[in-house]
Amino acid sequence: MKASVGTKGLIFNEPLLWEKGVDGRRGFSMPTRDVDEAPLDESIRGDGPQFPDLSEVDVVRHYTHLSQWNFGVDSGMYPLGSCTMKYNPKTNERQAALSGFTGAHPLLPDQLSQGALQLLYDLERYLAAVTGLPAVTVQPAAGSQGELTGMLVFYAYHKSKGQPRTKVLIPDTAHGTNPASAALCGFKSVAVKSNEKGILDPANISGLMDEDTAGIMVTNPNTLGLFEENIIEIAEIVHNKGGLVYADGANMNAIMGMVNMADSGVDVLHLNLHKTFSTPHGGGGPGAGPVCVTAALEKFLPVPRVVKKENEAYSLSWNHPDSVGRLHAFYGNFGILVRAYSYIRSMGAGNLKKASQLAVLNANYIKENLKDTYDLPYDRACMHECVFSDKNQNQYNITTLDIAKRLMEYGFHPPTIYFPLVVHGAIMIEPTETECKNDLDAFIAAMKAIDRETRENPELLTEAPRIPKVRRLDETLAARKPKLAG
Amino acid sequence: MKEISELTFPDDLRYTKDHEWAKQDGDTIKIGISAYAQDQLGDIVFVELPAVGDTFDKGGEFGTVESVKAVSELYMPMGGEIAAINEALEDTPESVNNAPYTDGWMIEIKPGDPDEYNALMDKAAYLDMLKGQES
Amino acid sequence: MRYLPHTDEEITEMLQVVGVDNLEDLYKSCPRGCCTITDMDLPDPLTEWELNRHMDELTAGMGASPEYKVFLGAGSYDHFIPSAVQYLLSRSEFITAYTPYQPEISQGTLQAIYEYQTLVTWLTGMDVANASMYDGASGLAEALLMSIRVARRKKVAVSTAIHPHYRQVVNTYFSPTEYEVVEIPYLENGRTDISRIGNLDELAGVAVQSPNFFGCVEDLGALGDIVHSDPKTLMVVAFSEPMTYGLLKNPGSLGADIVCGEGQSFGIPRSFGGPGLGMFAAKQKYVRNMPGRLIGQTLDKDGQRGFVLTLATREQHIRREKATSNICSNQGLCATASAMYMATVGGTGLRDLARLNYDKNEYLKNELAQAGFSLPFNSPTFNEFVVKFPDGFENTYQKLLEKKIVAGLALENYYPELPGCYLLCATETSTREDLDILVKEVTS
Repeated sequence: MKASVGTKGLIFNEPLLWEKGVDGRRGFSMPTRDVDEAPLDESIRGDGPQFPDLSEVDVVRHYTHLSQWNFGVDSGMYPLGSCTMKYNPKTNERQAALSGFTGAHPLLPDQLSQGALQLLYDLERYLAAVTGLPAVTVQPAAGSQGELTGMLVFYAYHKSKGQPRTKVLIPDTAHGTNPASAALCGFKSVAVKSNEKGILDPANISGLMDEDTAGIMVTNPNTLGLFEENIIEIAEIVHNKGGLVYADGANMNAIMGMVNMADSGVDVLHLNLHKTFSTPHGGGGPGAGPVCVTAALEKFLPVPRVVKKENEAYSLSWNHPDSVGRLHAFYGNFGILVRAYSYIRSMGAGNLKKASQLAVLNANYIKENLKDTYDLPYDRACMHECVFSDKNQNQYNITTLDIAKRLMEYGFHPPTIYFPLVVHGAIMIEPTETECKNDLDAFIAAMKAIDRETRENPELLTEAPRIPKVRRLDETLAARKPKLAG
Repeated sequence: MKEISELTFPDDLRYTKDHEWAKQDGDTIKIGISAYAQDQLGDIVFVELPAVGDTFDKGGEFGTVESVKAVSELYMPMGGEIAAINEALEDTPESVNNAPYTDGWMIEIKPGDPDEYNALMDKAAYLDMLKGQES
Repeated sequence: MRYLPHTDEEITEMLQVVGVDNLEDLYKSCPRGCCTITDMDLPDPLTEWELNRHMDELTAGMGASPEYKVFLGAGSYDHFIPSAVQYLLSRSEFITAYTPYQPEISQGTLQAIYEYQTLVTWLTGMDVANASMYDGASGLAEALLMSIRVARRKKVAVSTAIHPHYRQVVNTYFSPTEYEVVEIPYLENGRTDISRIGNLDELAGVAVQSPNFFGCVEDLGALGDIVHSDPKTLMVVAFSEPMTYGLLKNPGSLGADIVCGEGQSFGIPRSFGGPGLGMFAAKQKYVRNMPGRLIGQTLDKDGQRGFVLTLATREQHIRREKATSNICSNQGLCATASAMYMATVGGTGLRDLARLNYDKNEYLKNELAQAGFSLPFNSPTFNEFVVKFPDGFENTYQKLLEKKIVAGLALENYYPELPGCYLLCATETSTREDLDILVKEVTS
């Protein structure tokens, strides 16, 4: 076998910031004082925080050392299922860093923010073209805030009909956030079981959908990586009872240019720009969670809206009495929106469609190559991700966690593990389209090598990882005796 | 996780289908979770308990027990008023793992209807139920 | 396309392995009825160089600092960002990582956020801080929902001197719930009329912002006494300008139970309002009711110090509909930026810098007062303040835009009772000359 991707390297120990501070050091070029000290009411004066004093070099070395303990998409393949860890193009960073954007105050008069408003307006149109849903808001700051926005639209819609409803159907293959988002709007979630094929059964929905149910939240493709084949029929059932269909579009990367979400019966959908549209994940944010809706639901979208009348300038508009209100202090995570815009303009329709097709091809290629080695509970054509389990390895007392930890030593970020819950010991692999065949082959080889190790040398797995900065960490200690600050 | 035969279930306790135990002690009833329950949950990191004086019906949720990645509700084996809570669990939740029937007790109640105690499962019935779940 | 690495030969080879004839056939499981997009209506792709030109054109007309002198604060502040912060933040290892689910290979993010949490507790005078919320506005909404969980009551009171956008977001979050938001008016001195709180019973939480939207520093000590006269009510203090606490008393020392605010001032560009950073801190006893992620210290198998995500049972993916919030991630990179900024400026530096900000504002305030403009509120202020300009100032405001000066924010849209009043802001980025020009221009 060829040498694995992971190897040893020189990384450094690094204390906590305050363990290396020395009073009197300076890391900041203090602006020139050109005004006198003014009187200050002593009753409000404080002591200031006891931050450490560090030199610029101290700070630069500190964070450089920390960064070297991290694995990112730029380090290697990051097949974290449901997270779409695709490559983050560098030109996006250049565009978001343009001083005309970074130096722009959000409350500038419209006439001084035409470029930013035009970008927001056009991005909304582009996302409408991708999803087939004509009205879009880009305000929600993350997927979960997009979900909340969607549930607020559900709530406002039923209220406007004079018939508030109390329940929402949520399949067991949906994202974990869905019930929490629904609960924020007072909806009780009703769990829907998927069938033996891993998808929703219309008969099941039919039995659960009633006139006190606001609608359904579907993740499509679902978290098993399967397309909800009955979505059109399910949407009809829900609509016939006066309900709405919400689609969690976290997995949109599978279907751009191939599936029209509006034609599948979806009324409300959120996108994760940090997944499908290549904006970086930043170690856990900032992201962006635009929401796309049908024309009938447009009036409920958050304010302000960006509008443009013919021959007039772009402007912000607040006069939308049915709107669910404001979700963000300003217009959302604008810097992230710039990156997504930059991506769409770089790709165009043809490349976006091809990106989805290749994402699906990559996932199916991995599935075909590993299905004889790892248990595949739903052996069907998948979309952008595939879900295995640790069943075959369990007999050697090896678990998904061990496989994940060992994979690090081969130079790969582990897949999503123990999710979705419908698969015991799930290993959820989403390669994305930006991984080339060589890297997929290396990943497949590593997974097969790990399977051999479960029989031949299981300690390599149970003791993994040994190469990174730290070994397995004691999460029980962390939770029993929480130490959350220094 | 352990086999049922490796776990201890004292004879003088009563048990529920949700794996709480109850122990009569004069006028009050002490309540905790069984060795089976703590073993299923794994390392327990936090126990959320009610306030003394709160009252609950039989089957009411009186608290939660947390492991690193799971939360389970705790249900009243019988209705009553909380007379005491095990405050030591705040600092040593591991007692629920190490000594589920002694140091790991959770609440003590003044029962509303003392007869409810006799309706609970004895050890033999509880073991039968567990064995039924296993197969 | 340079992001799609597959050659035609590789695609053919892979399709064979998968057992389908072409890429379209990968979608056989999708019903024909929704495979209806044949061509998305999008502009043709641009080369990297064409995109640069297009984006340069888009940004060319923006009234951005420093080309424009923008005396606007109102929740978004212009502060110098050290090159070291920008440079460090651009490291791929921080940008292209995700939530640290695998702690062994995410210690960089984990330690950075643990340090961030610690610095935020010191800044605000609180016991624990989370890994951040989306922004100051949603942070306030989440803080009020948290007070409802802790107090097990259904009503909160909110000062009308809180940023109007923050209050709008609170109303959005509260609209589908059974909970009630009561507004507390402000006084003639620009501070919240805290005497009104006594008339309200069964409050879960009382929220003020300090400095408030008018820049006025609230009397948090007096507020704490009133709020805590009911032992169940939580005192929630919001902020939009964290620089304040380099100079003024922090909310924790004055009795706050939850402190939440916008951290954009610390190393994050204004970027047309986002992404920013929701700082969020609380007293230790409320930690299990906090929303958002928390990083904790622990040990690895060999006994070395390390960091992990912890107390996750509060969160949506475990507690589902009973979670403390639906928030999943945080503003990770922005939190990291602010920690880098706090580390670079340092304790001594922050005290000096905050003082300089205060003095610049006082200078501008005095110059305007001497030029004959009235300052409607006489409470102490930090970084921004309200000035009343004479009738017809709108024309002057428009003319100043042509001179690349933005003379503050008209308050009448938000507070109809304050016609002619403008919120002005000056930070360390304004030189005395800039301030003198502003005074001269508004006077002429």
